[in-house]
Amino acid sequence: MEAFLSSLVSVAFHGLAYGMILYAISVGLSVTMGLMGFVNLAHGVFAMAGGYLMITLMLAFGLPWLPALLASCLIVAVFSMLLEKALYSRLYAAGELEQVLFTIGLIFIAVAVARLAYGPNPLAAPLPSYLKGQLSLGGRSFPAYRVAVIATSALLIATLWIGLERTRWGAMVRAAVDNRAMAQSVGIDTARLFTLTFALGSGLAALGGALGADLMAMTPTYPFEQLVYFLIVVAIGGLGSLRGPFVGALLIGIGDTACKYWVPELGAFFVYVATIALLLWKPAGLFGRHV
Amino acid sequence: MYSAPARLRPLEALPWLLAIAVYFAAPSYLPLGAYVFIMILFTLSLDLVVGYGGIVTLGHSAYFGFGAYTAGILAVRLNGDPLLGLAAAALAAGLLGLATGAVILRTRALTLLMLTLAITSIVLEIASSATALTNGSDGLHSVPVDPVLGRFAFDLFGTTAYFYCLAVVLACWTLVRSLVNSPFGAALVGSRENDARMHAIGAPVYARRLQAYSISCALAGMAGALLTQTTQFAGLSTLGFELSGEGLVMLVLGGVGRLYGAFVGPTVYIVARDYLARQTPEYWYMGIGVLLVLIVLFARGGILGLVDVLVNRLRAKRS
Repeated sequence: MEAFLSSLVSVAFHGLAYGMILYAISVGLSVTMGLMGFVNLAHGVFAMAGGYLMITLMLAFGLPWLPALLASCLIVAVFSMLLEKALYSRLYAAGELEQVLFTIGLIFIAVAVARLAYGPNPLAAPLPSYLKGQLSLGGRSFPAYRVAVIATSALLIATLWIGLERTRWGAMVRAAVDNRAMAQSVGIDTARLFTLTFALGSGLAALGGALGADLMAMTPTYPFEQLVYFLIVVAIGGLGSLRGPFVGALLIGIGDTACKYWVPELGAFFVYVATIALLLWKPAGLFGRHV
Repeated sequence: MYSAPARLRPLEALPWLLAIAVYFAAPSYLPLGAYVFIMILFTLSLDLVVGYGGIVTLGHSAYFGFGAYTAGILAVRLNGDPLLGLAAAALAAGLLGLATGAVILRTRALTLLMLTLAITSIVLEIASSATALTNGSDGLHSVPVDPVLGRFAFDLFGTTAYFYCLAVVLACWTLVRSLVNSPFGAALVGSRENDARMHAIGAPVYARRLQAYSISCALAGMAGALLTQTTQFAGLSTLGFELSGEGLVMLVLGGVGRLYGAFVGPTVYIVARDYLARQTPEYWYMGIGVLLVLIVLFARGGILGLVDVLVNRLRAKRS
């Protein structure tokens, strides 16, 4: 019984850390999809860019972990803003197939660049010594790194929710998600709002990628490999909401960890079956309103 | 955007004449040629759902791989007759398409895309864990293949494989061509263009889409079976999401929803990859990525769309 309880705690803890990372990466995807109706399969590219940038900043420029994390997130956000202005904005009115192909093209380019710059093998994130040890809480010990991941993500999520619920910008985003034409006609500059939101979402993805670099290893094919998970989180959570992907990410994070812990031979099978069942029950996701 | 008219035009003989010309002009490229035919069949099946049906899917490799494994397992366990394997693969993939399509075609947009991805992932998980049947990540090696019709044995130079694949593609092309030119095809295109109006005039939109989806899945399964039979190998890579993506890339490269895009795209893609990827795979990925972005931004019709534009300009000049 004690052994079972301890494995239960362990699964919940690791699943929570994984879910938090998934949420940080996917929330931007959910908001941009809900806001602009844009199927951005290349969202994982920003997460990968964040992870690789952080590693580079730490190894080549000798930055400590936290500044490197924040700097990589900022750089990716600025870069994505340029990308949105130059390319994405041209395709908001295009069909779904065009958007899918365009973003697959972006993934191919990113994979090639990552391979040229970092080689085909996985790269480990160099962690500072204070994150490598164990932390004891309530008579059990937990890896400090994952505790930091959970704490940082929790802080981030709180900031994001307050930002969206309490600020003027948040009100504008919510208005535009609900009804874009109406938001435009009351004078909201939706083009600017899209760019800023896109940059924020990409920056968050970069943060998630960099934070999770130790859980989801950085390889050039990262955007392809993780894509299914990001999309699952968004699809079961529902587009354009903050709460939806949070529940989705926790469900997937804990569910996936539990399946891989107790029935490793079935792998991710349960997660996919659960996703299909859930989407058949609620095609718009748990918290989505649009289909 | 619409395809060839119902009556055959002389130009439509071109792909087949070219295929025979390649046999005489470049005999050392026959194995590559057979692979091109397989991808043409796969892309043709995609064109039916994506181009004509307007169903954007990232999971078509599930049916390709299912067909590949069906043909492989049948040959290893029971009987190595290629035509039997082909028929079994078509039937199995078609039934899988019917069962999964009945579920996923009730949804649309992102949910649909997500479900197609999930289905590929599930089939992949099953194939990699059912090691007793599929040999797991090692794949099925040295799959036995009997001579076609009991007469034409598969040879070292790939002559039989080349003409076998060509014949299958020809048969499937005839089927798809007559389908898209029939009232069935018109109903399919109608539901792509405006499904509310199709519902309003009483067309069975869901049934038509499901039928098209199942037929397309059967074709994809046949393409998979051809791959197993010509390479005598069935592996997990036939099920990956990468293959679905590649199929879409080939389709859009040739031109979506115009039947012949499925011929031009794979040919250009595979021949170019054969040249470029041998040296530096990085540049190949980069090139294909840049190409995709450019196509979407500037040339939505793909290569055939560009040809259309050129022909129209020439005609305008003449008149």
